[in-house]
Amino acid sequence: MMNKKHLVLLASAGAITLAGVATAQADTLEDTMERGAVQCGVSDGLPGFSAPDDEGNWQGLDVDVCRAVAAAVLGDADAVNYISLNAVERFTALQSGEVDVLSRNTTWTTTRDTTLGLNFTGVNFYDGQGFMVSRDLGISSASELDGAAICIQSGTTTELNLADYFRANGMEFDPIVFDTSEQTVGGFQAGRCDVLTSDTSQLAALRIQLDDPSGAMILPDVISKEPLGPVVRQGDDVWFNIVKWSLFAMLNGEEYGITSENAEEMLSSENPDVARLLGQDGNYGEGMGLEADWAYNILSQVGNYGESFERNVGMGSPLEIERGVNALWNQGGFQYAPPIR
Amino acid sequence: MSVSPNTRPAGHKPPFWRDRAKRALIFQLLLVAAVAAFLLYIVGNVQDNLSARGITTGFGFLGNTAGFGIVQSLIDYSSQSTYGRTFLVGLLNTLLVGGLGVLAATIIGFIVGIARLSPNWLLARLATAYIETFRNIPLLLQIFFWYFAVLRTLPSARDSLAFGEALFLNVRGLYLPQPLFESGFGLIPLTFLVAIVASIALVIWNKRRHEATGKRLPAYWISFLLIFGLPLLVLVATGVPVTWEMPELRGFNFRGGITVIPEFLALWLALSIYTASFIAEIVRSGIQAISHGQTEAAQALSLPRNLVLRLVVIPQALRVIIPPLTSQYLNLIKNSSLATAIGYPDLVSVFAGTTLNQTGQAIEVIAMTMAVYLTISLLVSMFMNWFNARVALVER
Repeated sequence: MMNKKHLVLLASAGAITLAGVATAQADTLEDTMERGAVQCGVSDGLPGFSAPDDEGNWQGLDVDVCRAVAAAVLGDADAVNYISLNAVERFTALQSGEVDVLSRNTTWTTTRDTTLGLNFTGVNFYDGQGFMVSRDLGISSASELDGAAICIQSGTTTELNLADYFRANGMEFDPIVFDTSEQTVGGFQAGRCDVLTSDTSQLAALRIQLDDPSGAMILPDVISKEPLGPVVRQGDDVWFNIVKWSLFAMLNGEEYGITSENAEEMLSSENPDVARLLGQDGNYGEGMGLEADWAYNILSQVGNYGESFERNVGMGSPLEIERGVNALWNQGGFQYAPPIR
Repeated sequence: MSVSPNTRPAGHKPPFWRDRAKRALIFQLLLVAAVAAFLLYIVGNVQDNLSARGITTGFGFLGNTAGFGIVQSLIDYSSQSTYGRTFLVGLLNTLLVGGLGVLAATIIGFIVGIARLSPNWLLARLATAYIETFRNIPLLLQIFFWYFAVLRTLPSARDSLAFGEALFLNVRGLYLPQPLFESGFGLIPLTFLVAIVASIALVIWNKRRHEATGKRLPAYWISFLLIFGLPLLVLVATGVPVTWEMPELRGFNFRGGITVIPEFLALWLALSIYTASFIAEIVRSGIQAISHGQTEAAQALSLPRNLVLRLVVIPQALRVIIPPLTSQYLNLIKNSSLATAIGYPDLVSVFAGTTLNQTGQAIEVIAMTMAVYLTISLLVSMFMNWFNARVALVER
């Protein structure tokens, strides 16, 4: 009797065991063009980041990264095969080649970047870990959580930060560890745990899934740095560049004021930055094996980073997350893309 | 012209491929070589692939600090412990639920199996209903039933169901008082051990004396008194050097005492009840396998009913019961890996779950986990085979 998680793990381990060495250096770009679709690993349903809508189309900030890569490579943002992965499966799935991009609210850490054979391509959301508690508890700060039972999702950096935080503050806690975020919400609702902990953005998404969202509150404390970003396999630098610059194109697009609506008019813009980005001046896609209009395809079909943010997690969405540190560098945030030159 | 062995000229041996024994040897050598070559290929290929992808390999990660908490551990564990320690914690949690599950399943299984043969119509039908219900519902659903439908609906910590001032049951688990032993308590386990040794000696002596003289003492009753009475006497004599730590509601939760987490309760109940339904059938079939003539013959010797069971039926029935019982024990232990579905921190959840994900060492972790289940299963098999050999009928 095995559950799905272990089947996936075993299958992936089997793939690593039996696959020939040659596939390790496979040309991901060529494979993707041949297949006509990007293999993209997403979450098992996290509203705002990656979740299917009521028509079954995947939507979210992380999904838009997959769509941007597909637009750049294939000229069609819809040419994506979404593979839903839980926290434990995700890296094995990427290592074994089941997915080519992992865009699944994954925190960039040393271990993950250096020992797993993976590369983070950038940060599409700066997050931090927070706590959600029931309002009835009458708690206003994380420092009052001594002795609490805390629901966490297995295989996340959250599990480590939590232990660090409680130890540093000389407090105790009971970790109640579940496989999926859905189960953690279930445990929180049933009162199995007092506190639900996760990245604050996820807490906002999970809170609206509660039966009574107003009965729960997110504590103001943020206990960790969680830079979330897309991940690719090591050893294929062309593919690494494509995923990295797809995100940069969305950020630069916002900086230069190119949106999905005005992208076509912008093609005739006098601004040299815009002309270079949209492929009107030189061909900056060539070095990645792409067409000159790669960034135009991203911006016209997916939109710029700001649009994606507002649509999926910002004030225009049920999550209502402030732009905060995720604003562009010239608007008081951290989001900064190198220039197209 | 066919040549028969008898007419073969002396000194002329047939070519080796005509010799059946040599041929068999060659084929076996070829097979071993093929398997070895395949394994070598796999190991080499894994190493090539992993290094080509820049994935760190080896078991060095076991010495690194784990950095995450585990809700239930039988040994000292903190987030400062190593990944190797998480392996031990997970292993012990698996053994705990497996061991207690085997115990409970055996007890329930024997009771229900015997009840099914009872001449009491109601009792027999109840046992049948039990077996047919629990045997035919998937185990995972039963675990979910106990966890989500039964234990999740218990009241919160503040409105716990209290049994006296010592026992509390709520959605966070079962809270029991914990005995704290003071100095001088060491005498009691010591007396207990002495009583057990004395009882064994008494039973052996009594058996020999019975065979030699036909006289015997009620040795089992005396042993029972020795094992339970003597330690109790010492306990009272030393002034009961035990205090009880009561669970108390402080802050969010009950503190102090022993906490049995609901994940454990749900898994243990589901595993025991499910496996017991199979064991009950095994027990019933074992008893029915003994021909009724044996019982009648024993009764004809005017043996009382309990002695008929103890001396004639059960020793022979055990012979039939034990081999399939072994399979059920193995199933129960392996099924305990379903723990991960409800978040009980067993080996699969802690080690093949969290540790695997934090370290990314998928091949090492999965291989270790599989090796553990294989080892536990082989050990249980070995023990049961030994036990089976002991109770097997000695044909004279």
